[in-house]
Amino acid sequence: MGSVLINVPKKAKRGDVIEIKTLMSHIMETGFRHLATGELVPRDIITSFSCRYNGEEIFRADLFPAISANPFISFFTRATETGTFEFSWIGDRGFSETATASITVE
Amino acid sequence: MMKRTMGENAHSRRRFLALSSAAVATVSLRSAEATPATMAAAMRELTGGAVVRAGKIKLDVPPLVENGNTVPLSVSVTSPMTAEDHVRSIHLFVEKNPQPNGGNFFLGPRAGRAQVSTRIRLADSQKIVAIAKLSDGSFWSATADVVVTLAACTEEVI
Amino acid sequence: MKAARTIAGPLLLLGICIRPLSAAEIPPDDRRSGFSFMAPDTQAIQNDDTANPGMLWVLDGEALWKRKAGTADKSCADCHDDAAMRGVAARYPAFDTALGRPVNLEQRINLCRSNRQQATPFAFESRELLALTAFVAKQSRGMPIEAGTDPQLAPFIAKGRELFLQRQGQLNLACANCHDDNWDKRLAGSAITQGHPTGYPMYRLEWQSLGSLQRRLRACIFGIRAQPYDYGAPELVELELYLKSRARGMPMETPAVRP
Repeated sequence: MGSVLINVPKKAKRGDVIEIKTLMSHIMETGFRHLATGELVPRDIITSFSCRYNGEEIFRADLFPAISANPFISFFTRATETGTFEFSWIGDRGFSETATASITVE
Repeated sequence: MMKRTMGENAHSRRRFLALSSAAVATVSLRSAEATPATMAAAMRELTGGAVVRAGKIKLDVPPLVENGNTVPLSVSVTSPMTAEDHVRSIHLFVEKNPQPNGGNFFLGPRAGRAQVSTRIRLADSQKIVAIAKLSDGSFWSATADVVVTLAACTEEVI
Repeated sequence: MKAARTIAGPLLLLGICIRPLSAAEIPPDDRRSGFSFMAPDTQAIQNDDTANPGMLWVLDGEALWKRKAGTADKSCADCHDDAAMRGVAARYPAFDTALGRPVNLEQRINLCRSNRQQATPFAFESRELLALTAFVAKQSRGMPIEAGTDPQLAPFIAKGRELFLQRQGQLNLACANCHDDNWDKRLAGSAITQGHPTGYPMYRLEWQSLGSLQRRLRACIFGIRAQPYDYGAPELVELELYLKSRARGMPMETPAVRP
């Protein structure tokens, strides 16, 4: 379980600057919270996010515990050609998720 | 559709280890709580002591936040975003969170527009600083003061 | 404890403890959703389906809806068309003939799981139950709340109303003291809303998770230093039922976002 929401326009004109919005399910446990017993809850966050457009990296982010749970990241890119966006999230405890979205550029 | 790889792929494991060791190195240099001094140190680590000018970059964050757990913010930098003149990266710093780093965002000329939005956590009313690094190596910053009011019934997990 | 210290001071300043308990219900035209008390930035999070974290649970729920379960090896989709779920959440909690009392949507889903799918019911506040409830409730988004019109529910609504009006806990407060008598004032920096459950299950920024109305009620009851009822307790269902019928006519917003 744990869905991801990606918002990429389905179509764009060549050269258009488009917004890409991403929302990933993740608790982003900071590592600074305590249980009632006083024990620290261990850190469990997404540490890195990247987006490739037809194989070329167009955006990358380092995430820290200060990023809220269910991280929302939006950014822009120029629509240059029809193809696929690949999104990748990597984090603590071997967390690794990917998602894709397609775009038609005329 | 989502593909879940449990870190079994060697390439992603290598990348994961590289990233986590970088994160650990950053953490071990910090004391338990960020202060304006540790935030300044974190910013210096980014800029290498270069001059950071105010301008070009805009930090959009509500001045009064309903809940410190999720503070929506947007950073935008005025830039033609061409190969010769673009924003390389945007960095967020927080003054009074346990750690001074918020996030680092890496762009490039393909971005078209130097604007990033995300949601951060703020442990207390504090300053947020956004620093942009341009392709010519210059640094530009913007600061915002945010008041965080805790929710009325801050609850334990029941 | 922390919550008591947070509330007691400002409450004394507001003079709430001293007010006589009046059944001053909010006139129907003055009713406002919790949405209207929020800052524009938070409202924007709710309004964008691609940025509303509650939608992650709705997506999870959509997947669960299609998943076969139990010894009957049936999925929800095998019996129910999603479109048929339109309006369901808007009229819940509803009367369950077999049990002779109202059940909320979460309980209805679990009843279906045990009786129809022959599967183990989901734990309250489990990710699965929240996801399925959110998926079903979202089908009612935009529709007016219709809960409580069934005459069989009348005695339970009355009980719920009694619970809403009764003072309880160490702070000796009733729900009505804040949510009927002092809405739109502020308590420790946050707006006091009218307490209409228009958007449940909802994503609460405080929880950084989607959660049910019962979770919110338990948190409030805990906050006034009273013993919260267990999940699924008849008192909580009666309170839910009363609150939903008090909000009758207001549009559903699930999945809402609230601070």
